[in-house]
Amino acid sequence: MAQMQLVKCTVNGEYRETMVDVRASLTDMLRNDYSLTSVKKGCEVGECGACTVLVDGEAFNSCIYLAVWADGKNIRTLESLMGADGAISDIQQAFIDETAVQCGFCIPGFIVTTAEILETGKEYTRDELRKLLSGHLCRCTGYENILNAVEKVMKQRLGKA
Amino acid sequence: MYDLKALYEANSVQNAIELLSAHPEAKIIAGGSDVLVQMREGRLAGKELVSIFKLDELRGVSMDGDGTLRILPLTSFSHITRDPLIQAHINVLGEAVDMVGGPQIRNIGTIGGNTCNGVTSADSAATLHAYDAIMEITGPAGVRRVPIREFYISAGKVVLSHEELLTAILISKESYEGYKGHYIKYAMRNAMDIATLTCSVNVKLSADKKTIEDARIAYGVAGPVPMRTPSAEAAAKGKPVSAETIEAFGEAAKLDVNPRTSWRATKDFRLHLVGELAKRALKEAIKLNGGEA
Ligand SMILES: Cc1cc2nc3c(=O)[nH]c(=O)nc-3n(C[C@H](O)[C@H](O)[C@H](O)COP(=O)(O)OP(=O)(O)OC[C@H]3O[C@@H](n4cnc5c(N)ncnc54)[C@H](O)[C@@H]3O)c2cc1C
Ligand code: FES
Ligand code: FES
Repeated sequence: MAQMQLVKCTVNGEYRETMVDVRASLTDMLRNDYSLTSVKKGCEVGECGACTVLVDGEAFNSCIYLAVWADGKNIRTLESLMGADGAISDIQQAFIDETAVQCGFCIPGFIVTTAEILETGKEYTRDELRKLLSGHLCRCTGYENILNAVEKVMKQRLGKA
Repeated sequence: MYDLKALYEANSVQNAIELLSAHPEAKIIAGGSDVLVQMREGRLAGKELVSIFKLDELRGVSMDGDGTLRILPLTSFSHITRDPLIQAHINVLGEAVDMVGGPQIRNIGTIGGNTCNGVTSADSAATLHAYDAIMEITGPAGVRRVPIREFYISAGKVVLSHEELLTAILISKESYEGYKGHYIKYAMRNAMDIATLTCSVNVKLSADKKTIEDARIAYGVAGPVPMRTPSAEAAAKGKPVSAETIEAFGEAAKLDVNPRTSWRATKDFRLHLVGELAKRALKEAIKLNGGEA
C-alpha cells in the first residue's frame, strides 16, 4: 500500500492541496498533480538544474526534494512569471533577444534561478553571475548568450540599460 | 518516485530518536542531497527514512553566553555563508561552504549532513577540524559532546549510534578569537565538483604581526578521514612570519598525511598539493591577520 500524505502549499500564488505519495519528488508533484511541465526532469540527481523551482524565494532542485516537504511552503515555477494577459516576463524577453534559447530544455531552470538572482535587487559582476548560474547545465552549451541575457535583464531592472 | 520503503517525519528531536529506535533499519534524512541521490543510484534503494528536515528548531547560528558559536545542523550552506556571526568570527567557514556544488545544492545541503556523512572531501570538514569544533550529539541517553577529531572513524563512518542525532556544532571562543583563516579547495572545475584535496589554515599573530603565535591546519582527502597535521603546526608555532617558516610548514605537513591514488588524482599529485596548498593558505591567512609574508 502506498503511503499517502496531504500536502497543502501555495503554488504560483494559489493555495492548493492534494494527497501525495511520500515517495514522490517535488518534481513529480508539480508535473503530475499540477501539470507544471516547465519543471524538467534532466538528471534527477541534483546535477543539471533543469528542475529548479523557488521554495520560499530560494532556488532548489525539485528532483532532490521530497514532495511532502512542500507542505506549508510557497512554491513558484516558471509559469508564475506569466503576466495576467498571458504575456511573457522581461527575463524571457531578454533570453529571446540574446538568442539564449536553443533546444530550450534547460531554459525554465535558468529563468527560475534568474528570478531568484534579480529578486535580491543587487548588481552583480559577470563573474558573480557565472557563479550564481553554475548550478545549471545547458546541453546545447549556449552559456555565453544565457549570461548575456541575464546581465541584460539585471541592468534593465536596475535602470542601467 | 524514489525507491523509498517508508518515510517517518519527525516533529521534534525526541520524536526523531523514538522513530529511529522503533525502526532499526531507517536512515536519517536532513536536506537529502546525499541520501536521495544514493537512493536513486540504488545504494539506499528500498530503505526507510526518518526525516528531520521539518525541524526548524535545528536551523540557524547563535552565540552561547560564554561566546561559543552554536551552529545548528540543519543550517544550509547558503545560510551559513550569509550569517553575520559566521562572517564576524569564522568567515573562512562561510567561504568554504560557498564552494559546495552549485547554488541550488547550497540551498538544500546542510552542514550536519556534510559532517555526518563522514566524507573526507566534504567542504566544511577541514575548516571545522582546523577550529577544533565540538560535535553535540543527542540520543536516548541524553546529550554528549565529542571533539571533531574523534568524530570520524573511517571513510563514511562517524561515531553516531543508530539512535543518535547531531544537534549542534560548537566553536569555542578560545578557538576563534584572534584567529583568521583561509580555505583552498583544489578541484578540476570551479563549480559542481568534488575536491581533489582541501586545506584550511588559520593563524593568530603576535601584536607586532612578526611572530606566528598559533597556527592550525587541516585537510580533506589527505587520508580516509579529514585530519590535522601536527608536524606542520609545530613548524609554524612561535616562529617568525617569514618565507622560511611558510616553506617549513608546507614540507612538515607532508609527514603526517596519507593520501591515496584515485581516479581523480594520484597519491604523488595529492602529496604535492598537500605541501603547496599549505603554503598558499598559510600565506593568505597571515595576510588576513595583517601580517606580511
Ligand atoms: C550535485 C551535487 C553536488 C555536490 N557537491 C558537493 C561539494 O562540492 N562539496 C561537498 O562537500 N558536498 C557536495 N555534495 C554533497 C552534499 O550536498 C553535502 O554532503 C551535504 O552537506 C549533505 O547534506 P544534506 O543535509 O543534504 O544530507 P543528507 O543527504 O540528508 O544526509 C547526509 C548523511 O548525514 C546523515 N545526517 C544528516 N543530518 C544528520 C544529523 N543531524 N544527525 C545525524 N545524521 C545526520 C544522514 O543520515 C546521511 O547519512 C554535492 C551533492 C550533490 C547532489
Ligand atoms: S533534474 Fe534536478 S538537477 Fe537535474
Ligand atoms: S538550450 Fe538546449 S539544453 Fe540549454
